[in-house]
Amino acid sequence: MNKITELTCIRCPIGCQITVTQDETGKVIDIKGNSCPNGYKYAGNEVVNPTRIVTSTVRVEGGELPVVSVKTAGDIPKGRMMDCMREIDKANVKAPVAIGDVIISNCLGLGVNIVATRNVDATL
Amino acid sequence: MTADRKAKIVIIGGGPAGLAAASSAVKNGTAAEDILIIERDHVLGGILNQCIHNGFGLHTFNEELTGPEYAQRFINIVEEEKVPFLLDTIVVDVSAGATKIISVMNKTDGFFTIAADAVILAMGCRERPRGALNIPGYRPAGIYTAGTAQRFVNIEGRMPGHEVVILGSGDIGLIMARRMTLEGAKVKVVAELMPYSGGLKRNIVQCLDDFGIPLKLSHTVIDIKGKERVEAVTIAEVGPDRKPVPGTEETYTCDTLLLSCGLIPENELSSQLGVEMNRVTSGPVVNESLETSVPGVFACGNVLHVHDLVDYVSEEATAAGKCAAKYVNAGQESEVYRTDAESAGKPASEADKHAADIPIEIIARDGVRYTVPSTIHIDRMEDLQKIRFRVGAVYRDASVVIDFNDKVFRSQKKRILAPGEMEQVILKKSDLEAAPDLKTITIRIEEAPKD
Ligand SMILES: Cc1cc2nc3c(=O)[nH]c(=O)nc-3n(C[C@H](O)[C@H](O)[C@H](O)COP(=O)(O)OP(=O)(O)OC[C@H]3O[C@@H](n4cnc5c(N)ncnc54)[C@H](O)[C@@H]3O)c2cc1C
Ligand code: SF4
Repeated sequence: MNKITELTCIRCPIGCQITVTQDETGKVIDIKGNSCPNGYKYAGNEVVNPTRIVTSTVRVEGGELPVVSVKTAGDIPKGRMMDCMREIDKANVKAPVAIGDVIISNCLGLGVNIVATRNVDATL
Repeated sequence: MTADRKAKIVIIGGGPAGLAAASSAVKNGTAAEDILIIERDHVLGGILNQCIHNGFGLHTFNEELTGPEYAQRFINIVEEEKVPFLLDTIVVDVSAGATKIISVMNKTDGFFTIAADAVILAMGCRERPRGALNIPGYRPAGIYTAGTAQRFVNIEGRMPGHEVVILGSGDIGLIMARRMTLEGAKVKVVAELMPYSGGLKRNIVQCLDDFGIPLKLSHTVIDIKGKERVEAVTIAEVGPDRKPVPGTEETYTCDTLLLSCGLIPENELSSQLGVEMNRVTSGPVVNESLETSVPGVFACGNVLHVHDLVDYVSEEATAAGKCAAKYVNAGQESEVYRTDAESAGKPASEADKHAADIPIEIIARDGVRYTVPSTIHIDRMEDLQKIRFRVGAVYRDASVVIDFNDKVFRSQKKRILAPGEMEQVILKKSDLEAAPDLKTITIRIEEAPKD
């Protein structure tokens, strides 16, 4: 029996409704309803190995703001989101921070860096 | 009245809309130094600075960015082009006329005025205040709008509470449900008064479903316990009359209640200016050039109608910037673009005025709540014109129908239409020109026959 999954693509706010068909071994044999290649990739992954981007903030020392926003530079397994948050909560950076600065490299050994998503200048 | 400063185009608001409008005006021939962006905050970027989640700009930059990263792309463009901007400066008044006088205030210069040929309104929107919470009794600490909580957590780095109930399923509330869960809070339930969600489907999937947070549709808060601080919140199901159904009450202990009951355009200035307002959007009525009823005053972004996609805000603002540039260029070279007698400096003949001034009216009907724009002048429209709209209910397998005068011009099937998602249709100038004696274009929803 083929397995059919209805998904809402979360890659962008358009939120296409995608239908994924898998054969009895779980192999994806059909993907329909996506409007772009990002959605095709998302849907194929989501039924086999769901992943997410995590965004949060990290404390900044000596900055004009108390925290800097950060993200995982790539997808991590959905099940590891909370572990990843614990690592982010432990981190601390010194101002100035620029967009793209690596805050934690290879977080949890997942091969993904945590990077800054905002510029925070140092206080004078 | 003599003004203290002069500019060709003044842009009110330095969020994504104002920034994209500025860069587009430069691209369309207005010198950067003739533009001035006025922002009341101490940084550019608008509300995106606190929207630290990802999912912005996939279609604009072909990269998935967070809010601050998306804003920075536009800030960089404006800085590279050397468009002047004033920060920590608030616009308190705008007066209409061939020359617009913008009154502003800041700490260093106090009160001063700026004369401009054109104004672009890009003030964004604000959240519906807690008055939306229609319950009697105490107002203990621990009740915040979702946007305020977003600023606390993402900019100031402090958590508003640890056990949370959210009223309203607007996007900011959904995003905050995930954000606070990731930070270790327990989000117990999201209650939504309407039978459908106010937010994007993707946010329900990734902010609630991913974390097992229940969404209760047709539910509202009927009681808040606690005198100093919120201690518990009671919600109940509502019937079709939106009144609570007895016996459906459920009480959740919590220390925080977030309100995410929608956004309203920030339009005090627009009303003072006397632009005609749309009662559905609470934003100005605009024509194909995104020009309001006051010639030379344009609007874009959330001040015009609330957007859920910043990509669309940038696109709309790019169009507004272009139209404003055209308006000021035309003012210098010829009077072709301007049809109002005032800006021509002499009364236009009645016949001239008539021909140019009667635009095609766009009518929203049968489930379509509003359209932006509301009118089209064929001679001024681009080859392709986007008409954006929202529907008033959830429709499955319905059609979006476009009528020219009273005849069906086109019908387009849609698998799903929902109030939370902005829709659009694209009109071709050649089609409008080919239609004989076109006076009205109607956008409406035709439901699939039930079997
Ligand atoms: C609290 C909140 C959270 C949001 N979260 C999201 C989200 O998570 N995802 C999403 O896609 N969209 C979100 N939105 C919608 C978001 O506003 C739009 O996507 C986009 O940022 C709109 O751009 P804008 O430039 O029209 O408005 P804004 O970004 O709001 O910018 C308007 C700017 O005008 C300035 N301004 C206003 N009045 C004056 C004045 N009188 N004088 C000088 N300056 C003035 C303001 O300070 C502000 O910087 C949110 C909106 C709000 C209110
Ligand atoms: S398929 Fe493409 S367009 Fe559709 S939601 Fe996904 S990323 Fe967006």
